[in-house]
Amino acid sequence: MTRIAVDPITRIEGHLRIEIEVEDGQITDAWSSATQFRGMEIVLKGRDPRDAWLFAQRICGVCTTVHALASVRAVEDALGLRIPPNAHLIRNLIAGAQYIQDHVVHFYQLHALDWVDPSAALQADPNKASQLAASISEQPSSASSLKGVQSRVKSLVDSGQLSLFTNAYFGHPAYELSPEANLLLLAHYLDALTWQREIIRMQALLGGKNPHPQSYLVGGMAMPVDPNRQDALNADGLARIRQWIGQMQDFVEHTYWPDLLLAGKSYPDWFKWGGTRGNYMSYGDFAPQPYTLEDALFPAGLILDGDLSQVHEIDQSKITEEVTHAWYDYSGGDRLHPWEGETRPNYTGPEPPYDFLNTDAEYSWLKSPRYEGHPVEVGPLARVLIAYAKGDERVTRIVDPVLGELGAGPEVLHSTIGRTLARAVETRQMANEMPRWADMLVANMSNNDLRIRDDSRWDPSTWPRQAQGYGFHEAPRGSLGHWINIEDGAIANYQAVVPSTWNAGPRDAQGQLGPYEQSLVGTPIADPEKPVEVLRTIHSFDPCLACAAHVVDAQGREIAQVKVM
Amino acid sequence: MKFCAGMTAALALPGRYTDRIAHALQAPQKPPLVWLDFQECAGCSESLLRASSPSIDNLVLETLSVNYMSIAMAAAGHQAEAALQQTMEDYQGQYIAVVEGSIPTNDGGVYATVGGRSAPDIATEVCRNAAATITVGACAFFGGWPSAAPNPTGAVGVDEAVPGLNLINIPGCPPNAVNMTATVVHYLTFGELPATDRHKRPLFAFGQTIHDSCERRAHYDAGRFVQEYGDEGHRKGWCLYKMGCKGPSTYHNCPAVRWNEGTSWPVMVGHGCIGCSEPHFWDAMSPFYRRLPDVPGFGVQATADGIGLTIAAVVGGGFAAHGVASGVRYGIKKRRQPSDDGSTSPTAQTDERPTESTESPESAESAESAESEEEDRA
Repeated sequence: MTRIAVDPITRIEGHLRIEIEVEDGQITDAWSSATQFRGMEIVLKGRDPRDAWLFAQRICGVCTTVHALASVRAVEDALGLRIPPNAHLIRNLIAGAQYIQDHVVHFYQLHALDWVDPSAALQADPNKASQLAASISEQPSSASSLKGVQSRVKSLVDSGQLSLFTNAYFGHPAYELSPEANLLLLAHYLDALTWQREIIRMQALLGGKNPHPQSYLVGGMAMPVDPNRQDALNADGLARIRQWIGQMQDFVEHTYWPDLLLAGKSYPDWFKWGGTRGNYMSYGDFAPQPYTLEDALFPAGLILDGDLSQVHEIDQSKITEEVTHAWYDYSGGDRLHPWEGETRPNYTGPEPPYDFLNTDAEYSWLKSPRYEGHPVEVGPLARVLIAYAKGDERVTRIVDPVLGELGAGPEVLHSTIGRTLARAVETRQMANEMPRWADMLVANMSNNDLRIRDDSRWDPSTWPRQAQGYGFHEAPRGSLGHWINIEDGAIANYQAVVPSTWNAGPRDAQGQLGPYEQSLVGTPIADPEKPVEVLRTIHSFDPCLACAAHVVDAQGREIAQVKVM
Repeated sequence: MKFCAGMTAALALPGRYTDRIAHALQAPQKPPLVWLDFQECAGCSESLLRASSPSIDNLVLETLSVNYMSIAMAAAGHQAEAALQQTMEDYQGQYIAVVEGSIPTNDGGVYATVGGRSAPDIATEVCRNAAATITVGACAFFGGWPSAAPNPTGAVGVDEAVPGLNLINIPGCPPNAVNMTATVVHYLTFGELPATDRHKRPLFAFGQTIHDSCERRAHYDAGRFVQEYGDEGHRKGWCLYKMGCKGPSTYHNCPAVRWNEGTSWPVMVGHGCIGCSEPHFWDAMSPFYRRLPDVPGFGVQATADGIGLTIAAVVGGGFAAHGVASGVRYGIKKRRQPSDDGSTSPTAQTDERPTESTESPESAESAESAESEEEDRA
């Protein structure tokens, strides 16, 4: 039995450490640890609630926008503000652009090198690689462009300075792609870099800048909408938005999706490993109208034990957080609802520099969120399975053909490749849905509805002395919630339960493993010194540890009603 | 060459430097660079991904050898840490260290560890052995939001955590990609860091206030202000000063270069500036919707620096009056006048550590009355 620590887990956001026990070439146990903490909730205490989104957005710059959105929704909920449709549509477009950029960059820049061996690309025949491209895509890369990529890689290797590829796992036995497939995916890795900075300009148009767009407001948006004004969203802006959406759809349909299928089919074993216990959750999001989940792109729901025949309703009063194995203290009890008690950071881990954590005790800066005591997985796989289980045609029409080709049922989706596939499925869904929001915005503008905010309670003198609310958002990595308690015009308490906390959290008081930990057990490892298999599965969750380890306190009062966004 | 010409313009250099830049970017041996990240949100890394001149792939494959960068590198765990160690050994005193994120100093820095080592430990070793240290973003500059009151982890910027480095700060939350790439290009071309202000920020990007280069300045000078988001003035693109815009006290080149290849910037889209390039802006510039005290307008000549000085004092006093819960107050630095060539003496660096403010509400009042005197003279 060998104990291995992988720290840093690279190609993620933030600081994650994974420790595993390996026996006879297989992972027999695993521990997931966040090794960084900052304390957003403490920093927010006492501040103006209208500022909260600006602070909160900086929980994460990879998941930029998501915390801003959850934050304004929480404050709006607390103050009883109702944003007008245009503000909702602009928020959807900003969030949609985020999804597209985030998921595609994840596949190429963060995940691909687990499946792609750049050194093997040097052996490829660019003509054959172009033929391969033509066999899977209507917009194949040309032989000459692929040859160009190969030259660039060759120059890099010949220089002896390998840059980001220094110490990569070249020639690892777990790599299965042909040289041509390696070259093709590497070329698209570079194409994705060029593409992502172009299409994200849509977010800059609507938000002023990316990362960290700055046009949100408590009550709506700060971007004026007016077809007859220069400094407002007018027809020029709309035309550019449509153009960028077109570029998003193009790349997603003709590059990302075919590449994803190519990789998935080349690694069929990875439909066997990397699944969690089968509990999945989604809060639901991206309805065309605000304050309803009707016709939402991502429906809400809960699946337990992989049973797709039953989708349960979400009751957010059943959410708790535990700190048994986390570096926090609770004054009373192990498992608390987000608004009870107080948590203080209390590091009891080994003094750095250290070799291993004491995983029998506290070992992470993450708490363990639980739904009715269950660990649940959130994110693309959860959303796709919930929609699939509900018979949502927007998902079944994409997923069923793939399952047909594989000759398998949806049970194969509970896996590393399943999760990776789900990410691509919902990227396609999002790209297909975005034009609808642009159309609705146009329709409103045609009817001379130029409202972008509810200005009824901007002034703190209009607020009740005490107010509380919460805001939900299905962020690219999963279910996100912000809860706020306002007293005398200032933030009395702020709490966020973040997707990567659900997924990456440690064991709870019952000893139930968190989702990352579950997903690793049973996975084979070819070479414990080069654990690419660990990376494959962990990366399939798209970890964001700055998100996960944001917060320290949990204090406030119980929210009486479930409110819809 | 188009990129080089553009970069020459961005750095405000005469045209004859274009060839030098082209050569430097194709120099045979690639300068090694390591990118460290501590208490961060990765927004700075993401912003760099938006770079277009040079593009990120160009930077990473041809211009530099980025031997260590956690968010992007192929290797993980031991192999990743070995890449960092090897770079320090092979290129001691020659590599560039870039730092993203604040460094926690409470409790031995246990609030950010990588590979089992604490952030202060890593930063000290890596930066002291580097040829130069470039900090990116608010967090590595002064501690960022982790250091905002009450600073639960003792977060500080790199200059404070590891004093005495050959260091430059590229602030912003996050920094504009253009400013990060231009700084690197400047260093590669001229073999030294660009001229900086007293906060060690490059003058080519942080030498002028937003207010002085804002496209809405004419509206400010003419008294055309947005009174409420969504009103007629807002749709007409009027000045956002009354909505809390911190442009007058913020040094940054956003109006000139804009964001995401010139697409937009916060004021252009209709929301005020939050001062994200300034030290301790999370405390000094918030509440973000509260407006700055009246800035002397067109025709009254205090220099931009003088305005910044007065505003800084009043903001400091106003901050005290606002009474953020912790009671910690930040002494806002009074800026010196820059010398004629625009640079400040390197010996004039002062401590950026937050201090118990000695400013009382009285001093805020006297600053305010000084303000209105200037206005009367207008």
